[in-house]
Amino acid sequence: MLAIQHSWYMTMRHLRALARQPWYIAFSLLQPIIYLLLFGQLFKRVVELPGFSTTSYIAFLTPGIVIMSALFGGGWSGMSIIVDLDRGVLDRFLVTPVNRGALITGRILQLAVVTIVQAAIIFGLGLILGARFSGGVLGAVILVLLAILLAAPFGALSSAMALMARKEESVIGAVNFLLLPLSFLSTVFMDQSLMPGWIRTVARLNPANWAVQAGREALSANPDWAFILVRGGLLLALTIVCGWLATRAFRSYQASI
Amino acid sequence: MKGGTIGASTTAIEAKNLVKTYPGNVKALDGLSFSVPAGTIFGLLGPNGAGKSTTVKILTTLSRPDSGEASVAGFNVLRSPDRVRRMIGVVAQKSGVDWELTGRENLTLQGQVYGMSGATLKNRVTELLAQFGLADAADRVTSTYSGGMKRRLDIAMGLVHRPRVLFLDEPTTGLDPEVRAALWTEIERLAREEGLTILLTTHYLEEADALCERVAIVDRGRVVVEGAPEELKAQLRGDAIQVELAAPEMNGRVHDALNRLELLREVTVDGRHLRARADSGARAVPAVLAALEEAGVQVAAVTVARPSLDDVYFRYAGRAFAEADKEAK
Ligand SMILES: Nc1ncnc2c1ncn2[C@@H]1O[C@H](COP(=O)(O)OP(=O)(O)O)[C@@H](O)[C@H]1O
Ligand SMILES: [Mg+2]
Repeated sequence: MLAIQHSWYMTMRHLRALARQPWYIAFSLLQPIIYLLLFGQLFKRVVELPGFSTTSYIAFLTPGIVIMSALFGGGWSGMSIIVDLDRGVLDRFLVTPVNRGALITGRILQLAVVTIVQAAIIFGLGLILGARFSGGVLGAVILVLLAILLAAPFGALSSAMALMARKEESVIGAVNFLLLPLSFLSTVFMDQSLMPGWIRTVARLNPANWAVQAGREALSANPDWAFILVRGGLLLALTIVCGWLATRAFRSYQASI
Repeated sequence: MKGGTIGASTTAIEAKNLVKTYPGNVKALDGLSFSVPAGTIFGLLGPNGAGKSTTVKILTTLSRPDSGEASVAGFNVLRSPDRVRRMIGVVAQKSGVDWELTGRENLTLQGQVYGMSGATLKNRVTELLAQFGLADAADRVTSTYSGGMKRRLDIAMGLVHRPRVLFLDEPTTGLDPEVRAALWTEIERLAREEGLTILLTTHYLEEADALCERVAIVDRGRVVVEGAPEELKAQLRGDAIQVELAAPEMNGRVHDALNRLELLREVTVDGRHLRARADSGARAVPAVLAALEEAGVQVAAVTVARPSLDDVYFRYAGRAFAEADKEAK
C-alpha cells in the first residue's frame, strides 16, 4: 500500500520534471527517426531476397524501431539516478521513510509514459512512410505494451548499474556496450530466416528480439496469441527480476558511503 | 513522545565508539563517542576531513559504521533505522534540493514521503515557505534559486514533518555573512520555541561558540574534548594579552620589567610584539602598562583576548585549527 502511494508520488515527481523539459523526448527521438528514414531507404529492397517473410520493408522496420527506441530509452534511464546522486536528492530521500522500491518504480512509470509518446510518434511516421498493418489498432496497442515491457527491465537494470557504478562515465560505457549489440543481434533490421545461424541463436535469447517478434506478430493478420503471451510473460518476469535487483542496489550504494 | 532515556537524564543522541574506514585505508572515524542531551543545540566542531559528515551519515541511517553503536531519539540506528528515520530531519552538507521542482513541490513531496497529506500538509508547506523567506519564490523552479535560497529550502525540507531531532551538516558553509547571521537566529529559535534537539556540525569556531550549548571537538575521527564552550575556554590558563610596542625592543628591558609581575605567565617578546597570559586580563593590563612606563617603553596598542575555541582546539588536538583545516584541502 505504502509502496503504491510512494510510487505514485515519485512518478509525479518525474513526470513534472519531464513536462518542464519536453525537448528531452524530441532529442531522444532523433536517433530512432534517423534509423527509420535511413535504413528504411538503404535496405528497402532486402524484402526481395528469397525467404524474407514480408513484402514491405518499412512495415517490417517500423515495429522494430519502436522497440529499439524503447530499449534505448530504458538503457539510458539510469542517468537520471546519477543526476539525483550528484544533486544530493537521493541521499535526502534515503534518510526518509520513503519506500525504496518506489524510487525505482517512479522512474519506470515515467519511462512508460515516455515510451508511449515515442512509440506513437515513430509508429505514425512509419504510417506516413507507407507502412500498413493488418493487425490494426489492437496490434499497435500491443506493440506499445511490449515496448513498455522492454523499456522497464532495461530501465531498472540501468538504474541498478548507476547505483553500483555511481559515475556517469561507467554508465555511458556499459550502456553503449550493451545497446547496439542488442539492437543488431535481433530481428529489428533483418528477417530471422536471412540471419547467420549464430546470430539467430543469440537473438533467441535477446529480450529486445522477444519484443520485436511479438510486436510484429500482433500487427499481423492472424496473430499467434500464445507466441505473443509467452514473450510478454518473459518480459514481465524480467521486469520483476530487474526491479528487485535495482531496489537491492540501494543497499550496495549505502554500503559504499 | 520523548527522546530515549538513558540513565536518569534524557539523551537524544548517543554515539559509542564509532569506527568507519573507507577504501584506501582512510580511517574517517576512529572510535568516536559523544552524547547529546535532548532539547539542546549540540555542535560537532572540527576541521575539514575530521569525520563530521561521516558521523552525521551514520546517525541518520544513510551509512553504517564498521563497528560501534548509536541511538537517536531512543532508537538504535542499526537495528531500527525505520524508526529513527521517522524521528529525524536531515540537512546534509550538500544540498538535496530537486532542481526540476518548485520550492513548494519540493516541500510537498518531502511531506508526502512522511505520510502527510491534505490541508495539514498544504498549510505546513505554506507556513515553512513564509518562515524561511521563500514565499515569493515558492512557485519558481529551484534551478533559479540562489545558494542561500536552496540552503533555506533544504532546512525547511528537514523540518516539514516536525522531527524531534534535527541534523544540520555545515548549514552555513559558503553563505554570505548576513545570510549566515539570519540562519543562526532561525536555528536558535527552533531550539528554543520548538524544543528540537539540534546536532550541528561546523568548521567555523565562532559558529560553534555563538550557537551551541555544548560542543564536541572532533579531530582525525575522534572526539578530543567535549563540553560547554564557556567551560572549555575557562579550563585554559587565562586570557591572552598582546602589546604592540612603538619601537622594536632589543635589550631585554621589557622582558625583565614584565617578568617581575606575578600576574603574568608565558611572557614572550618578538620585535614589537609582546605576548603574555594572565588569569584575568582586565586586572593585568594596568599593571603591564605601569611596568612598561616605568621602564620607559612606549606602547602603541594593547589587546586582551578571552581564550577562544581556537585555543581549546590547539590545546587538545595539538595543532592549530586553521592549519588542520588547510591540510585537509
Ligand atoms: N565516500 C567516501 N569514500 C572515501 N573516503 C571518504 C568518503 N567520505 C569521506 N571520506 C574521507 O573520510 C574522512 C572524513 O570525511 P568527512 O566525514 O566528510 O569529514 P568532515 O565532514 O569533517 O569534513 C576524509 O578523509 C574524507 O576524505
Ligand atoms: Mg563534512
